[in-house]
Amino acid sequence: MCLAVPGKVLECEADEALIDLQGNRLKVSKVLTPEVEPGDWVLVHAGFAISTLDEQEALETWDYLQQAFGEDLAGLHDPAPPSATENPPT
Amino acid sequence: MTADLAQARRELHELCSGYAQRIQVMEVCGTHTVAIFRSGLRSLLPANLRLVSGPGCPVCVTAQRHVDAALELAGRPEVLLATYGDMVRVPGGAGSLEQLRARGARVHVINSARTALELVRKHPDQQVVLLGVGFETTAPATAATVLEADRDNLTNFSVLMCHKLVVPAMQALLQAGDVPLDGFLAPGHVSVIIGTQAYGPVVQDHGRPVVVAGFEPQQIISGLLYLVRQIVAGRAEIENVYAGVVSDDGNRVAQEMIERVFVVANAPWRELGTIPQSGLELAPAYRRFDALERFGVELGPDETHPLCRCGEVITGRAEPIECPAFADPCTPLNPIGPCMVSSEGTCAAWYKYNRAAAMPLR
Repeated sequence: MCLAVPGKVLECEADEALIDLQGNRLKVSKVLTPEVEPGDWVLVHAGFAISTLDEQEALETWDYLQQAFGEDLAGLHDPAPPSATENPPT
Repeated sequence: MTADLAQARRELHELCSGYAQRIQVMEVCGTHTVAIFRSGLRSLLPANLRLVSGPGCPVCVTAQRHVDAALELAGRPEVLLATYGDMVRVPGGAGSLEQLRARGARVHVINSARTALELVRKHPDQQVVLLGVGFETTAPATAATVLEADRDNLTNFSVLMCHKLVVPAMQALLQAGDVPLDGFLAPGHVSVIIGTQAYGPVVQDHGRPVVVAGFEPQQIISGLLYLVRQIVAGRAEIENVYAGVVSDDGNRVAQEMIERVFVVANAPWRELGTIPQSGLELAPAYRRFDALERFGVELGPDETHPLCRCGEVITGRAEPIECPAFADPCTPLNPIGPCMVSSEGTCAAWYKYNRAAAMPLR
């Protein structure tokens, strides 16, 4: 339950960030990481970005998590509201 | 900073074979427990290096009185209970949340604390109660949710506060002293929030080394190698093999949010009793979001199943196979205790990955 997963920030608006979780787009809160910008990699836990990390670390983490926790990751996040998936990233 | 897997293993074996005593190291975090089992790392370790699982699965350490309070709240007709998944199957005095839901109670499984506020706005006629379970990784999400509810003056949102702190539990285990622990593999994602320096008391007051590691096998074996190097040399320091993700200071924004919304308080842990200053309660300015106060629910006694030895399992005092209920009748499909419910529970990990090896021993 303390597992956080890496995602790439696509766009930011106010306190929210639209992120790409290996193909799944998801809106998360960035109130805990106000500094993040599009292009950054973040760790996401319970709908919140909790830290930034570098791309290599993010990709290695994702590869491992997908092997180890693949079935659990599928349901890791509640579906984003429709607006989050309908708007393509800029 | 991580070491090559084969090289790390070689050095671990060299160090341990030159060390006459048994080394016992606790992996505090449930996600580490699962990763260790899944990767088969235990079978690669030297004979005198023993890993014990610690109280790092939030579901497993939630006191029975809180599980029963959640059941009582979910049973109220006006309440919609929002909870992270594993909690729905933990048996309480009156069944589980899952069973209550089958009888018509509104229990929503969420993966994001933000979903609780979506439920609040979607169901203005319902009282949404967030089951606030988890360690420092999860507590900031609850804090941010409370702040948003406060800002928007939401009157149909409250939290059943069960959040716990990792370091006081590590200290309590060392103070109890009956399980010899030579060092700790510290949780990667809790440490993202609290920072490596939060483990200072374990090192300074108890003289035990702490190494923060991530969840890949290479991270874990590096973490163990760094621990064993310290133990063999008689050192006790904080080291970090997950430096790409975890910093010394942690996430200051998240820490400040926790400090603003919550106060540190004594907290009940399953089978461990009350550990001083080991949990979070809502600060006075946010007390009106406290579910127990809002609904006048009193916490009861912690009555657990007589066969269940989860309390000993989460403190490293017993391994799952020493429990008379392990695998029969307690299984992931028919769990008696929370360590078999949670996917991060030690019993569930043993059942899934180590049952074949475990069963002939019974």
